[in-house]
Amino acid sequence: MSISRIRGLIKKNILDTPPSGIRKYFDLINEMKGAISLGIGEPDFETPWTIREEGIYSLEKGRTHYSSNAGFIELREEISRYMERKFGLKYDPRDEILVTVGGSEAIDIAVRTFAGPGDEVIVPEPSFVAYKGCVMFTGAKPVTIELKAENRFRLKPEQVLEAITERTRAIIIGYPNNPTGATMDYEDYAALVEVLKDKDIVVISDELYAELTYHGKHVSIARFPEMKYKTIVINGFSKAFAMTGWRIGFVCCNAEILEQMKKIHQYALMCSPTTAQYAAIEALRNGDDEVRRMTDEYNRRRLVMVDGLRKAGLDCFEPVGAFYVFPDITSTGLSSDSFCERLLMEEKVLMVPGNAFGACGEGFVRATYATSIENIREALTRIARFVERVKNEKK
Amino acid sequence: MKKELLNILKRNCRLTCDEIAVMLGTTAEEVEEAMKELDEKGVILAYNALIDWEKVDEEIVTAYIEVKVTPQRGQGYDKVAERIYKYPQVTACCLMSGGFDLFVVVEGKTMKEVALFVAEKLAPIESVLSCATHFVLKKYKENNVVFNGYHKDDREAVVL
Repeated sequence: MSISRIRGLIKKNILDTPPSGIRKYFDLINEMKGAISLGIGEPDFETPWTIREEGIYSLEKGRTHYSSNAGFIELREEISRYMERKFGLKYDPRDEILVTVGGSEAIDIAVRTFAGPGDEVIVPEPSFVAYKGCVMFTGAKPVTIELKAENRFRLKPEQVLEAITERTRAIIIGYPNNPTGATMDYEDYAALVEVLKDKDIVVISDELYAELTYHGKHVSIARFPEMKYKTIVINGFSKAFAMTGWRIGFVCCNAEILEQMKKIHQYALMCSPTTAQYAAIEALRNGDDEVRRMTDEYNRRRLVMVDGLRKAGLDCFEPVGAFYVFPDITSTGLSSDSFCERLLMEEKVLMVPGNAFGACGEGFVRATYATSIENIREALTRIARFVERVKNEKK
Repeated sequence: MKKELLNILKRNCRLTCDEIAVMLGTTAEEVEEAMKELDEKGVILAYNALIDWEKVDEEIVTAYIEVKVTPQRGQGYDKVAERIYKYPQVTACCLMSGGFDLFVVVEGKTMKEVALFVAEKLAPIESVLSCATHFVLKKYKENNVVFNGYHKDDREAVVL
């Protein structure tokens, strides 16, 4: 009668998948007074009030039941209009849009629909930690591509070409990118499309940070007609509308693919939370001004953060999307891990080691500017002091 | 650039010129120059702190007063408004549309002090026809800031 008797039943590919591992920092910072965390990957803004209010109203009116599996049709219609208005993408609300429990579910079911044991899924890194995990859970093999700072962390067609084998089922791209803050523009995608258009490979495009693009407008790979039928566009409300805790996102893709993905969603989740769905309708109808207000504020902080890190003596690629900076810390002579650990212990500032987002993230750290300008200012002072000290030690 | 500078200052006038310069993609000298110009032109009138006096041991009574006046020939409302806003007790004064003419904000140490100011100074002004005084009991929000709205950042310390 002991757990050890069934331990052997746990699937190997689950056991083999490492947990998103920075627990030690988490425990450390929780016991610290006066610490500043630049490790939080979510907006510091509260959800705009008009959106919250719609959620509250829906509860007051007793709207506490399931919605249709795909989500309320009103919401899907709003999503359809939003995708066209913002990104020039047309999707039929009836059978090409599915409301999910955050972008995370969308990534999971997209991968599960296409990959299984023996298959390969291309995952460019550094990238959001869930991509690789979701692939591993299916028994498929994640094939990583190393995004390079000298390419401004953009995905290059020759890299993709090199990674493709006959087992490749899908490629997961995420721009604007977590953790680098990189984006891809039209020309970058056009080059990529050249190598992907004739391949029978699905593109899972995670565009959660699309609204948080600071140079020009966000471009989706689904804008290319030769890619649209095989691209699964994932977007959501967490980042743009500061709605992380509501757990609501969506998928847009070809109806035939969506029908299959919907089955997983139907059996695993039924539907996404309806309170969040009502709130999301309001977000799309009346949220544009608030999104702009938050984006403007992120942009100002972004500029201060990059400038401060560079002045502190760290090489810093200019991020133009999301709310992260990804400075190169090799000039300090420290590894990502020891940089973060020492910075936390000595100056009480938390950043996330770049290797948490893939082995090639070694030599970098991720800092978020989704925090107040006062916090950023104080953190930058401490970081500058720390970097100077470390560089002096090296001499 | 000036409009953006004003937007930034409106939210937070304690940013340094260096920080603002970075935000605007310009130099600190240019920001300083632009601010000086805006000051001189009277575009920026003051850099004030918004204070919740309830939290300090300092009683401040605020009254919002609806004032009806007779406009004067050739001078309209401006002359009488000036007579009113020149009192240091008057912290704000606007010409209004609707049921009354001037909206006057008066601050004092006690209710009695404010009431006496209205009775002895404001009401007797020749063109003032009537005053309706409303005392502020509690401030919820001012200048886009919610009083007692501060709450601790309760987000998880690390999120990937």
